[in-house]
This record gives sequence, C-alpha cells and structure tokens, in this order.
Amino acid sequence: MHPRRRGYRAQDPNAIIDDAHSILMKRPQPIAGTLAALLLLATATVTAAFAGNVTVKGSDTMVILGQKWAEVYMKSHPDTKIQVTGGGSGTGFAALQNKQTDIANASRKIRAKEREQCIKAFSKNPREYAVALDGLSVYVNAANKLDSLCLEEIRDIFTGKITNWKELGGADAPIILYSRENSSGTYEFFKEHVLLGRDFAPKAQTLAGTAQVLQQVAQDPNGIGYGGAAYGSGAKHIKVAATKGGEPIDPTEESVISQKYPIWRHLFVYLNPELEKGEVKLFLDWIRSDEGQKVVKEVGYYPLPAGLRTK
Amino acid sequence: MPSPPSPSPSRSTPGWTGIRRGQHHRPLEVIAEKLIFAISLTAIAMVFLIFLFVGREALPIFAGRVSSAANQESKPIPVSEMDKLSPDQLRSYLNLTPSEFKEMDRETLQALMEVRVDAAKEDTTDRDALVNTVSWRYLLMPYQWTDYDTPVYVWQPVSKIHKYNIVPLIVGSLKTTLVALLFAVPVSLGAAIYVSQLARPNVKEWIKPAVEMLSAVPSVVLGAFAAIVLASALQSLFGLQYRLNAGLAGLALGISSIPIIFSIAEDSLTSVPRSFTQAALALGASRWSAAWQIVVPAAIPGLFAAIVLGFGRCIGETMVVLIASGNAASLSASLLEPTRTLTATIAAELGETVVGGHHYRMLFVLGTLLFVVTFLTNLAGDIVMHRLKKRLEGRS
Repeated sequence: MHPRRRGYRAQDPNAIIDDAHSILMKRPQPIAGTLAALLLLATATVTAAFAGNVTVKGSDTMVILGQKWAEVYMKSHPDTKIQVTGGGSGTGFAALQNKQTDIANASRKIRAKEREQCIKAFSKNPREYAVALDGLSVYVNAANKLDSLCLEEIRDIFTGKITNWKELGGADAPIILYSRENSSGTYEFFKEHVLLGRDFAPKAQTLAGTAQVLQQVAQDPNGIGYGGAAYGSGAKHIKVAATKGGEPIDPTEESVISQKYPIWRHLFVYLNPELEKGEVKLFLDWIRSDEGQKVVKEVGYYPLPAGLRTK
Repeated sequence: MPSPPSPSPSRSTPGWTGIRRGQHHRPLEVIAEKLIFAISLTAIAMVFLIFLFVGREALPIFAGRVSSAANQESKPIPVSEMDKLSPDQLRSYLNLTPSEFKEMDRETLQALMEVRVDAAKEDTTDRDALVNTVSWRYLLMPYQWTDYDTPVYVWQPVSKIHKYNIVPLIVGSLKTTLVALLFAVPVSLGAAIYVSQLARPNVKEWIKPAVEMLSAVPSVVLGAFAAIVLASALQSLFGLQYRLNAGLAGLALGISSIPIIFSIAEDSLTSVPRSFTQAALALGASRWSAAWQIVVPAAIPGLFAAIVLGFGRCIGETMVVLIASGNAASLSASLLEPTRTLTATIAAELGETVVGGHHYRMLFVLGTLLFVVTFLTNLAGDIVMHRLKKRLEGRS
C-alpha cells in the first residue's frame, strides 16, 4: 500500500463501511429538505404572483435608494417580495408600458412621448408621485476667494463663456472645469437644470465619480466641479443664488428641503393607476411615510417636505 | 534483415535501425499536435469573431441606416377641436391602428390629444434637431451648432442634439500615443542595447527582470499613480495649467509600454550571432562601436517590430488614459491640455447607452476604427520588417 494513502484512514475496511453508511444515512435528509424548500418556494411564488410581489425598475440614480427601501420594507413585511433593478429612467418607462414592472423609478419627469405610449398601453395617464429630493453642490478649491455664485454665472462657467476667475471678482487665473462622465445621472441633472440643456465647454474634464472630482478640485487652486453633497479637505461648497443679486444659499439639508437652494430635483415613481392597490399601494404609502423618508436621508438624498408626503 | 527498397534517396536510411524512429507517429503526439492546432485555430477564430461582432454593431452607421434626426411632425391640434375631426382624421392624427382606435374611449383619446400638444411644446425648436448627426459629414467635419459662435468639432453624445464628431478623439489618441512613443522608444531601445551588449552579466541580471517587472504593474495602478503623484509633481515643476493632460497620460502610457518594447528589442539584439561582435572586436572595434555599428543594424527588423507592438499597446491601452488624460474632448495641438482618447471614450460611455441606439453604435464605430488602425499598423510593420530582413540578408 502506498504510504500516503494513510491520510485517508483507509486501512480499516470497517471504517470505510461505517463512513459510507453514515453518508448514505445522512443524504436523504438534505434531499428531502431541498424538496420541501422547493415546494415551499413554488407555492410562495404562486401566491406572490397574486399578492406579495412588487417589481421596481428604472433610474440608476435611484437603484441604491430603491434597494434600501425594499430591504427595510421587507424586514417589517416578510411576506412581500420587492425586486429592484436599474437601467435608466427611460428603461423604467419602457418596462411600465410593457407591463413588465409595477413601479417605474425616474429621476426626471416623464416625457410626452413616453406618456403617449403609456396611455396607448393602459388607456390612462400614468400616476406620478414625488418620493425624494436630490440636490447638487458646486465645489471650488478651499483657497478660492469666491464663496458664492449665481446660477447664471455657474452656467457661463461650465459652458465656457467665462474662462477666468477675474471676471467673477476672483484671482487672475484661468478656470479649470471638472465634470462627470456623460454616462452619469449627475451629468444629465447638471446639464438639464444648470446649463439648461446647453453643452459643456469642450475643455471640461470628465471624471468617473464625485470622489474623483472632489480630489482634483482639492488639488487644483483654479478648479471647479459639481457633485452630490460630499466633503473633502481642500475643497469647499459654494453658496448658490438663484438669480443675479439674489441671496446665496448654502446647500444644507434644510435649504434643499425648503427648496431655497436652487440646484435640486424631484425623484419620482410612476405607475399604472389600475395597479395601485394591494401590496403596491402599501409599499408606495410606506415610501412616503416618515419611515420611508428616513431611508432617503440614510442613502444621501433629501426627504420630501412634509407638505408633499401625503397627497 | 534487408531493408525495404527506398522510394527516394532521402529515405535510404533503414527504418528499423532506430534512426527514423522519431518520424513514426505515436498516438499521444498526434493527439497533442491536433490539440495545439485546434487551439491556434480558436485564436484565429476569436479574432475573426470579435471583429465580426464589433463590425456588425457598427455596420448600420457605416451603411448610413441609422439616423439621429428628430421626426418632423405636423402642428398639434388643440383638444377643444376634437369634435371637428372625423374619426378617420382623428385616428390618423394620433397614429393609431383601426383596432386600437376602436377599443379606446373618448377619455383616452382626449388624453392622447393632450399629450400631443405637450409633445410639441417639449420638442426642441432647434434647427439642428433635424440633422442626422451620425452621417459622415458631421462625424468628420466641423459644424456650427446652435449656441456656438464658430464651426467646431464636438463630441457631446448626451445632449439634446447628439454631437458625434470623432476628430477630437482620433487626435487625442494619436497625441497620447505620440508622447508615449517619444518617451518609451529611446528609453527602452537604449536599455535593450545596454543590457544585451554592454552591461556586465551581474548588472544585466538585475536590470532585465526589473524592467520586465514593470509590465506586472496593473494599468489602473499606474493610472492612479500618474493622476495623483506624477500630475502634482509635473504641475509644480513646470507650472502647468492643467493637472491632467495629454502629456501626462502619454508619459504614463510610455511607462506601461516600456517592458514590451524593451523585451522584444532585447531578444532581437541577443539573437544577433555572437560571431558578428567577435569579428568586429577582432578587427579592433571598441565594444561600443561593435554594438552600435554591427549589432544594432543587424537587429533592425526586430527593433522595428518592438516599436510597432509598442504603438499597438499605446493606442489600445484604456485604463491609464481614462484616469490620467482628463478626458476632455477638445481639439487642440497642445500636449499640455486635457484630451480624450478613443479607448477611454468607449470605456466610459458604453455602460449607459441604449443597446442598438445611435450612441451605442457610434461607440462600436470607434472600436472598429481602433481595430482597423492597429491592424493596418501591424500589417505595414510586417511588410517593412520583411523588406529590412531581405536587405540585411542581401536578397534584394
């Protein structure tokens, strides 16, 4: 016998038989267990199709928020199953028309063309609910003398009309623009709400994330960038005024919720009005309750103002 | 035992004595050979399939079958005038099929008419909305878009008007590659000549693995190093306006391509027969002039191949340029301004495009372009290499 085989404890034939016996005796249990679980699962999915299954699809900006909502909700409602996927606001609307999703998440309002498709699909306007607020900050280097800008100035900076800090009362230095990749929801938000649909200056550098923008701005005394509310040493948030000469507002939670701070948007959910019943309705009501809005804050967005929560 | 009659002079050696035993087919060897053959075929098939896939996704644009232009629709009719329309008129106005139209009640039709009015408000009045921006004229030539003062080359795919001018991206790729090669070629060829010809063996044993270790540095690490450390160093040293720029990305790219150029060049220098050097030394040449005047000219085809492969690596490298180039699609000749390359554009944008949409297809056009460029350079490199070889061997 090969000496290495000893490791297998195989010299005693009785031991082998014992082992085999115990393995054989144990096996049926897991199989029975799996079968039982499968049976349970099957009945669960059948009942879920009638009751507790909610699918949510849409905006990538809202995927993390949606998943967190689902997670917290499912903890207190164990018989409801919520599935959240992304793909973009447009994908969500397409799924809504095709009745592949109960709820469509969207970080923008539904477009007329999409509404038309929905009406054709279920003969009614889709129902819209605002579920959270999203605000964007503009950062500059901590050494920058400026601490406030108005929306129009920010627009002119990012479209390349203003190219020197001197024109805004700052130091005589060129403005270096840091932007996000055009695949990001933040890019679209900024382009639509701040640039009013105009193109970014070609010299604007595009980076992959808010953290990277912040890092570059922190190291570049002439840099300016935008992103979610994030803090880093070396960069500071700038106060933004809605109009020239208006009151510059700091991007705090309070100012975003009261909608004084000018760079914000609603996050929406859309659904087929006929489906607003049962689990879907319960879930939607919960999202807009205090408990659901607490999750919004945890994920980094801003909760809805109290007046908008119940409608 | 007498040997069987041999069919040709070359096979006159008796087979059974053992001399030709190696030519007998052994089953294991046959299987191994077939396996290796199959693997090499898969490689070829892979290249072909990838090109087919990239080309298929890009084809509709090459064929001019994709349009990004908005449809021009007739003026909307106010909802109040709904009753003035005949059912047929209403149906064609709302683009409904007869069966769809039959199923809808009055309320639904009214909602559809409202939507039509809203859609007209939403539609941009921009004259450029009617332009098909994925046609070759807009891909290659400057154009004065609304809100712009002069004709420009712009790459702004996510926009009301999708602008897909590829010239800034091509120039960006070429700019960074040029800087990379200008930096990497002299450095790595010099190192290769030194290591293979001049260095003492114990020095060589250290330098060679050290240079080749560079290729073990992941490009994402190299990119981050360039963007954080190298960028600050260069900016404070030269007072650069832009931290991230084409020159910086080119430098980092150069570092990543040094090991490739170095090892191929070193191999080709080492494979020059030792007798060349020995003959030169015997005739009184110094080690330096033997290396420079005898070995290097003899290894030229290999050195050329090293540069061509280095070019391929530089133009195809993605992560380094994605992180260190600043990714601004502005067209300029300056090496100190941020730039955007073809590869970085594909990597950054492909994730969020609508599959089958014009943006998606345009990114595959960029991919095809890259494929064609590297294929052509490799082909040209191969042809030049063969010519050089022929000339060296005195056959032309």
